[in-house]
Amino acid sequence: MARALNMKYFYALLGVIAVAGTAAIWLASRGGAPPVRVLDEPLSLGASAFPGYVMGSDSAPVEIVQYADYTCAHCATFTVLHGPTIVNRLVQTGKARLRFRGFALYGVSLLPMNAAECAGEQGKFWEMHDALMFNQNEWYSDPKWHTSRSTIRTFRRYARDAGVDVEQYDKCVEEGRYYDRIIATREEISAAGLRSTPTFDVGPYRAIGMISYDSLRAMVETVAEERQ
Amino acid sequence: MKHLMAVSVLSLLGIFVALYLLLWKIGVLGDLSCTTDGCETVQTSAYSDFLGVPVALYGVVGFAALFVVSLLGLQPRWLERREPTILVTALSGIGLAFSAYLTYLEAWVIHAWCQWCVASAVIIAVIFALSLLGSLIWQNSETEA
Repeated sequence: MARALNMKYFYALLGVIAVAGTAAIWLASRGGAPPVRVLDEPLSLGASAFPGYVMGSDSAPVEIVQYADYTCAHCATFTVLHGPTIVNRLVQTGKARLRFRGFALYGVSLLPMNAAECAGEQGKFWEMHDALMFNQNEWYSDPKWHTSRSTIRTFRRYARDAGVDVEQYDKCVEEGRYYDRIIATREEISAAGLRSTPTFDVGPYRAIGMISYDSLRAMVETVAEERQ
Repeated sequence: MKHLMAVSVLSLLGIFVALYLLLWKIGVLGDLSCTTDGCETVQTSAYSDFLGVPVALYGVVGFAALFVVSLLGLQPRWLERREPTILVTALSGIGLAFSAYLTYLEAWVIHAWCQWCVASAVIIAVIFALSLLGSLIWQNSETEA
Protein backbone atom coordinates (compact mmCIF):
# COMPACT_ATOMS: atom_id res chain seq x y z
CA MET A 1 0.00 0.00 0.00
CA ALA A 2 2.77 2.40 1.04
CA ARG A 3 4.70 1.50 -2.11
CA ALA A 4 1.67 2.12 -4.30
CA LEU A 5 1.28 5.55 -2.70
CA ASN A 6 4.96 6.32 -3.24
CA MET A 7 4.70 5.37 -6.91
CA LYS A 8 1.64 7.58 -7.27
CA TYR A 9 3.60 10.61 -6.05
CA PHE A 10 6.54 9.58 -8.19
CA TYR A 11 4.47 9.43 -11.38
CA ALA A 12 2.83 12.72 -10.44
CA LEU A 13 6.30 14.28 -10.14
CA LEU A 14 7.29 12.93 -13.57
CA GLY A 15 4.06 14.37 -14.99
CA VAL A 16 4.79 17.78 -13.49
CA ILE A 17 8.32 17.79 -14.94
CA ALA A 18 7.05 16.68 -18.35
CA VAL A 19 4.40 19.41 -18.45
CA ALA A 20 6.80 22.10 -17.14
CA GLY A 21 9.53 21.10 -19.60
CA THR A 22 7.17 21.06 -22.55
CA ALA A 23 5.71 24.42 -21.54
CA ALA A 24 9.18 25.94 -21.11
CA ILE A 25 10.28 24.86 -24.58
CA TRP A 26 6.98 25.96 -26.09
CA LEU A 27 7.34 29.39 -24.51
CA ALA A 28 10.96 29.60 -25.67
CA SER A 29 9.91 28.78 -29.21
CA ARG A 30 7.34 31.59 -29.12
CA GLY A 31 9.11 34.22 -27.09
CA GLY A 32 12.52 33.58 -28.57
CA ALA A 33 11.47 33.61 -32.17
CA PRO A 34 12.90 36.60 -33.96
CA PRO A 35 10.30 39.25 -34.57
CA VAL A 36 9.16 39.86 -38.09
CA ARG A 37 8.13 43.45 -38.48
CA VAL A 38 6.94 45.59 -41.31
CA LEU A 39 9.44 48.23 -42.32
CA ASP A 40 8.27 51.82 -42.73
CA GLU A 41 10.69 52.11 -45.60
CA PRO A 42 12.85 49.23 -46.80
CA LEU A 43 16.55 50.04 -46.98
CA SER A 44 17.14 51.54 -50.40
CA LEU A 45 19.96 50.19 -52.52
CA GLY A 46 19.90 53.08 -54.96
CA ALA A 47 22.68 55.20 -53.48
CA SER A 48 24.51 52.36 -51.81
CA ALA A 49 28.23 52.28 -51.28
CA PHE A 50 27.96 48.70 -52.48
CA PRO A 51 24.66 46.87 -52.97
CA GLY A 52 26.12 43.43 -52.21
CA TYR A 53 26.44 40.16 -54.04
CA VAL A 54 23.42 38.61 -55.68
CA MET A 55 22.66 34.97 -56.34
CA GLY A 56 19.71 34.02 -58.50
CA SER A 57 17.65 35.35 -61.34
CA ASP A 58 16.90 39.03 -61.93
CA SER A 59 13.38 37.97 -62.83
CA ALA A 60 12.75 36.29 -59.47
CA PRO A 61 9.65 37.93 -57.96
CA VAL A 62 11.12 38.34 -54.48
CA GLU A 63 14.51 39.37 -53.15
CA ILE A 64 15.91 38.20 -49.82
CA VAL A 65 18.47 40.64 -48.48
CA GLN A 66 20.70 39.11 -45.85
CA TYR A 67 22.90 41.32 -43.66
CA ALA A 68 25.63 39.25 -42.06
CA ASP A 69 29.09 39.32 -40.55
CA TYR A 70 31.61 36.50 -40.83
CA THR A 71 32.48 36.82 -37.15
CA CYS A 72 28.84 36.32 -36.13
CA ALA A 73 28.16 32.80 -34.81
CA HIS A 74 24.46 32.94 -35.68
CA CYS A 75 25.29 33.96 -39.25
CA ALA A 76 27.52 30.92 -39.65
CA THR A 77 24.93 28.63 -38.07
CA PHE A 78 22.26 30.00 -40.36
CA THR A 79 24.46 29.51 -43.43
CA VAL A 80 25.40 25.96 -42.44
CA LEU A 81 21.88 24.88 -41.51
CA HIS A 82 19.76 26.74 -44.02
CA GLY A 83 22.03 28.12 -46.73
CA PRO A 84 21.94 25.06 -48.99
CA THR A 85 18.17 24.70 -48.53
CA ILE A 86 17.59 28.33 -49.50
CA VAL A 87 19.73 27.95 -52.60
CA ASN A 88 18.09 24.67 -53.64
CA ARG A 89 14.48 25.48 -52.86
CA LEU A 90 14.15 29.22 -53.30
CA VAL A 91 16.97 30.51 -55.50
CA GLN A 92 17.40 27.67 -57.99
CA THR A 93 13.64 27.30 -58.37
CA GLY A 94 13.38 30.98 -59.30
CA LYS A 95 11.13 31.83 -56.35
CA ALA A 96 13.62 34.32 -54.93
CA ARG A 97 17.08 35.72 -55.36
CA LEU A 98 19.49 36.21 -52.50
CA ARG A 99 21.43 39.39 -51.90
CA PHE A 100 24.24 39.23 -49.37
CA ARG A 101 25.29 42.49 -47.77
CA GLY A 102 28.31 42.30 -45.52
CA PHE A 103 27.70 44.20 -42.31
CA ALA A 104 31.03 44.45 -40.48
CA LEU A 105 30.02 44.66 -36.85
CA TYR A 106 33.56 45.09 -35.55
CA GLY A 107 36.92 46.31 -36.74
CA VAL A 108 38.22 42.76 -36.92
CA SER A 109 35.29 41.83 -39.19
CA LEU A 110 37.15 43.63 -41.96
CA LEU A 111 39.63 40.77 -42.33
CA PRO A 112 37.29 37.95 -43.43
CA MET A 113 35.04 40.38 -45.27
CA ASN A 114 37.93 41.79 -47.27
CA ALA A 115 39.08 38.23 -48.02
CA ALA A 116 35.61 37.43 -49.39
CA GLU A 117 35.65 40.61 -51.48
CA CYS A 118 39.12 39.77 -52.82
CA ALA A 119 37.80 36.41 -53.97
CA GLY A 120 34.71 38.20 -55.24
CA GLU A 121 36.68 40.36 -57.65
CA GLN A 122 37.71 37.11 -59.33
CA GLY A 123 34.11 35.90 -59.47
CA LYS A 124 34.49 33.53 -56.51
CA PHE A 125 32.61 35.42 -53.84
CA TRP A 126 30.05 32.74 -52.99
CA GLU A 127 32.67 29.98 -52.81
CA MET A 128 34.76 32.07 -50.40
CA HIS A 129 31.66 33.14 -48.49
CA ASP A 130 30.70 29.51 -47.89
CA ALA A 131 34.25 28.55 -46.93
CA LEU A 132 34.40 31.34 -44.32
CA MET A 133 30.97 30.57 -42.91
CA PHE A 134 31.12 26.76 -42.97
CA ASN A 135 34.59 26.75 -41.40
CA GLN A 136 34.07 29.63 -39.00
CA ASN A 137 35.08 27.54 -36.05
CA GLU A 138 38.41 26.65 -37.63
CA TRP A 139 39.63 30.26 -37.64
CA TYR A 140 37.33 32.02 -35.18
CA SER A 141 37.79 29.65 -32.24
CA ASP A 142 41.34 30.95 -31.77
CA PRO A 143 40.99 34.01 -29.50
CA LYS A 144 43.93 35.65 -31.29
CA TRP A 145 42.70 34.83 -34.78
CA HIS A 146 42.66 38.48 -35.88
CA THR A 147 46.38 38.94 -35.17
CA SER A 148 47.48 35.47 -36.18
CA ARG A 149 49.42 34.76 -39.36
CA SER A 150 47.78 31.36 -39.47
CA THR A 151 44.39 33.04 -40.09
CA ILE A 152 45.80 34.65 -43.22
CA ARG A 153 47.13 31.27 -44.32
CA THR A 154 43.78 29.64 -43.59
CA PHE A 155 41.88 32.26 -45.62
CA ARG A 156 44.45 31.86 -48.40
CA ARG A 157 43.80 28.11 -48.43
CA TYR A 158 40.06 28.72 -48.70
CA ALA A 159 40.70 31.08 -51.61
CA ARG A 160 42.96 28.59 -53.38
CA ASP A 161 40.41 25.78 -52.88
CA ALA A 162 37.74 28.09 -54.30
CA GLY A 163 39.78 28.42 -57.49
CA VAL A 164 41.03 31.94 -56.87
CA ASP A 165 44.32 33.16 -58.41
CA VAL A 166 46.26 33.36 -55.15
CA GLU A 167 48.85 35.87 -56.36
CA GLN A 168 46.20 38.45 -57.14
CA TYR A 169 44.31 37.55 -54.00
CA ASP A 170 47.38 38.07 -51.81
CA LYS A 171 47.96 41.51 -53.26
CA CYS A 172 44.32 42.45 -52.64
CA VAL A 173 44.47 41.21 -49.04
CA GLU A 174 47.75 43.00 -48.30
CA GLU A 175 46.36 46.27 -49.65
CA GLY A 176 43.13 45.92 -47.69
CA ARG A 177 41.63 46.86 -51.02
CA TYR A 178 37.99 46.77 -49.94
CA TYR A 179 38.27 48.19 -46.42
CA ASP A 180 36.88 51.58 -47.42
CA ARG A 181 33.94 50.08 -49.22
CA ILE A 182 33.16 47.72 -46.35
CA ILE A 183 33.28 50.59 -43.84
CA ALA A 184 31.10 52.77 -46.06
CA THR A 185 28.57 49.94 -46.34
CA ARG A 186 28.61 49.49 -42.57
CA GLU A 187 27.95 53.17 -42.02
CA GLU A 188 25.13 53.16 -44.53
CA ILE A 189 23.47 50.12 -42.96
CA SER A 190 23.98 51.45 -39.41
CA ALA A 191 22.49 54.80 -40.39
CA ALA A 192 19.38 52.95 -41.52
CA GLY A 193 18.95 51.64 -37.96
CA LEU A 194 20.16 48.10 -38.39
CA ARG A 195 22.10 46.91 -35.36
CA SER A 196 22.58 43.14 -35.43
CA THR A 197 23.22 40.17 -37.65
CA PRO A 198 21.88 38.14 -39.21
CA THR A 199 19.02 40.32 -40.36
CA PHE A 200 16.79 39.46 -43.28
CA ASP A 201 14.73 41.88 -45.33
CA VAL A 202 12.14 40.37 -47.63
CA GLY A 203 10.08 43.10 -49.29
CA PRO A 204 8.59 45.15 -46.47
CA TYR A 205 9.31 42.52 -43.81
CA ARG A 206 12.35 42.27 -41.58
CA ALA A 207 13.40 39.31 -39.40
CA ILE A 208 16.23 39.79 -36.94
CA GLY A 209 18.34 36.93 -35.61
CA MET A 210 18.52 33.23 -36.27
CA ILE A 211 15.41 32.17 -38.14
CA SER A 212 14.31 28.85 -39.51
CA TYR A 213 14.11 28.06 -43.20
CA ASP A 214 10.34 27.76 -42.84
CA SER A 215 10.07 31.31 -41.48
CA LEU A 216 12.07 32.70 -44.37
CA ARG A 217 10.10 30.71 -46.93
CA ALA A 218 6.86 32.00 -45.37
CA MET A 219 8.11 35.58 -45.75
CA VAL A 220 9.01 34.94 -49.39
CA GLU A 221 5.61 33.40 -50.12
CA THR A 222 3.77 36.20 -48.36
CA VAL A 223 5.58 38.87 -50.39
CA ALA A 224 5.07 36.91 -53.63
CA GLU A 225 1.33 36.66 -52.93
CA GLU A 226 1.05 40.34 -52.04
CA ARG A 227 2.68 41.30 -55.32
CA GLN A 228 0.40 39.18 -57.49
CA MET B 1 14.46 1.20 -6.07
CA LYS B 2 14.95 4.77 -4.90
CA HIS B 3 17.99 5.22 -7.09
CA LEU B 4 15.96 4.24 -10.17
CA MET B 5 13.28 6.76 -9.22
CA ALA B 6 15.95 9.45 -8.96
CA VAL B 7 17.42 8.36 -12.31
CA SER B 8 13.97 8.63 -13.94
CA VAL B 9 13.47 12.17 -12.65
CA LEU B 10 16.97 13.29 -13.63
CA SER B 11 16.88 11.70 -17.06
CA LEU B 12 13.55 13.37 -17.79
CA LEU B 13 15.14 16.71 -16.89
CA GLY B 14 18.08 15.77 -19.12
CA ILE B 15 15.75 15.06 -22.05
CA PHE B 16 14.37 18.60 -21.88
CA VAL B 17 17.81 20.22 -21.56
CA ALA B 18 19.12 18.30 -24.58
CA LEU B 19 15.89 18.86 -26.53
CA TYR B 20 16.16 22.61 -25.93
CA LEU B 21 19.68 22.64 -27.39
CA LEU B 22 18.67 20.43 -30.29
CA LEU B 23 15.69 22.61 -31.23
CA TRP B 24 17.91 25.69 -31.19
CA LYS B 25 20.53 23.92 -33.25
CA ILE B 26 18.07 23.05 -36.01
CA GLY B 27 16.64 26.57 -36.04
CA VAL B 28 13.26 25.93 -34.39
CA LEU B 29 14.05 28.26 -31.48
CA GLY B 30 15.04 31.78 -32.41
CA ASP B 31 17.15 32.67 -29.42
CA LEU B 32 19.25 30.66 -27.01
CA SER B 33 18.85 31.70 -23.38
CA CYS B 34 22.35 31.90 -21.97
CA THR B 35 23.96 33.52 -18.93
CA THR B 36 27.49 32.29 -19.66
CA ASP B 37 27.84 34.16 -22.97
CA GLY B 38 29.31 31.11 -24.64
CA CYS B 39 26.33 28.94 -25.56
CA GLU B 40 26.27 30.03 -29.19
CA THR B 41 30.02 29.67 -29.54
CA VAL B 42 29.82 26.11 -28.27
CA GLN B 43 26.67 25.25 -30.19
CA THR B 44 27.98 26.58 -33.47
CA SER B 45 31.46 25.13 -33.10
CA ALA B 46 32.61 22.22 -35.23
CA TYR B 47 32.37 20.07 -32.09
CA SER B 48 28.61 20.54 -31.79
CA ASP B 49 28.26 17.71 -34.32
CA PHE B 50 29.60 14.20 -33.86
CA LEU B 51 29.69 11.85 -36.85
CA GLY B 52 27.49 14.30 -38.70
CA VAL B 53 24.77 14.29 -36.04
CA PRO B 54 24.14 17.15 -33.59
CA VAL B 55 25.61 16.30 -30.19
CA ALA B 56 22.32 17.39 -28.58
CA LEU B 57 20.54 14.57 -30.41
CA TYR B 58 22.81 12.04 -28.71
CA GLY B 59 21.77 13.67 -25.45
CA VAL B 60 18.06 13.37 -26.19
CA VAL B 61 18.40 9.72 -27.22
CA GLY B 62 20.69 8.84 -24.31
CA PHE B 63 18.53 10.45 -21.64
CA ALA B 64 15.42 8.91 -23.22
CA ALA B 65 17.03 5.46 -23.04
CA LEU B 66 17.93 6.01 -19.37
CA PHE B 67 14.39 7.20 -18.66
CA VAL B 68 12.82 4.13 -20.26
CA VAL B 69 15.19 1.63 -18.60
CA SER B 70 14.80 3.21 -15.15
CA LEU B 71 11.01 3.22 -15.46
CA LEU B 72 11.01 -0.42 -16.57
CA GLY B 73 13.19 -1.24 -13.58
CA LEU B 74 10.49 0.17 -11.30
CA GLN B 75 7.82 -2.16 -12.65
CA PRO B 76 6.88 -5.12 -10.37
CA ARG B 77 8.30 -7.62 -12.84
CA TRP B 78 11.79 -6.07 -12.69
CA LEU B 79 11.77 -4.65 -9.20
CA GLU B 80 13.68 -7.53 -7.61
CA ARG B 81 16.18 -7.84 -10.45
CA ARG B 82 19.46 -6.07 -10.82
CA GLU B 83 19.69 -5.95 -14.63
CA PRO B 84 18.00 -2.53 -15.00
CA THR B 85 20.43 -1.02 -12.51
CA ILE B 86 23.40 -2.56 -14.31
CA LEU B 87 22.10 -1.31 -17.66
CA VAL B 88 21.53 2.19 -16.29
CA THR B 89 25.06 2.19 -14.85
CA ALA B 90 26.55 1.10 -18.17
CA LEU B 91 24.55 3.61 -20.23
CA SER B 92 25.25 6.50 -17.89
CA GLY B 93 28.93 5.50 -17.80
CA ILE B 94 29.10 5.87 -21.59
CA GLY B 95 27.17 9.15 -21.34
CA LEU B 96 29.52 10.42 -18.64
CA ALA B 97 32.60 9.61 -20.72
CA PHE B 98 31.12 11.43 -23.71
CA SER B 99 30.13 14.40 -21.51
CA ALA B 100 33.64 14.51 -20.03
CA TYR B 101 35.07 14.73 -23.56
CA LEU B 102 32.66 17.54 -24.47
CA THR B 103 33.45 19.41 -21.24
CA TYR B 104 37.17 19.06 -22.02
CA LEU B 105 36.50 20.60 -25.46
CA GLU B 106 34.63 23.51 -23.88
CA ALA B 107 37.43 24.20 -21.41
CA TRP B 108 40.54 23.68 -23.51
CA VAL B 109 39.62 23.77 -27.17
CA ILE B 110 36.61 26.03 -27.68
CA HIS B 111 37.35 28.22 -24.64
CA ALA B 112 33.68 28.90 -24.03
CA TRP B 113 31.06 27.50 -21.69
CA CYS B 114 27.49 26.60 -22.44
CA GLN B 115 25.40 26.44 -19.28
CA TRP B 116 22.99 23.91 -20.77
CA CYS B 117 25.85 21.60 -21.73
CA VAL B 118 27.26 21.89 -18.22
CA ALA B 119 23.80 21.17 -16.77
CA SER B 120 23.56 18.08 -18.95
CA ALA B 121 27.04 16.94 -17.83
CA VAL B 122 26.12 17.40 -14.16
CA ILE B 123 22.89 15.44 -14.63
CA ILE B 124 24.63 12.50 -16.28
CA ALA B 125 27.35 12.53 -13.60
CA VAL B 126 24.74 12.38 -10.81
CA ILE B 127 22.84 9.62 -12.63
CA PHE B 128 26.03 7.59 -12.94
CA ALA B 129 26.92 8.12 -9.27
CA LEU B 130 23.43 7.08 -8.14
CA SER B 131 23.28 4.02 -10.36
CA LEU B 132 26.76 2.96 -9.31
CA LEU B 133 25.74 3.35 -5.69
CA GLY B 134 22.59 1.33 -6.41
CA SER B 135 24.67 -1.43 -8.00
CA LEU B 136 27.01 -1.59 -5.00
CA ILE B 137 24.15 -1.70 -2.50
CA TRP B 138 22.57 -4.48 -4.53
CA GLN B 139 25.81 -6.42 -4.62
CA ASN B 140 26.26 -6.05 -0.85
CA SER B 141 22.71 -7.15 -0.10
CA GLU B 142 23.18 -10.22 -2.33
CA THR B 143 26.47 -11.06 -0.59
CA GLU B 144 24.85 -10.75 2.83
CA ALA B 145 21.92 -12.93 1.74
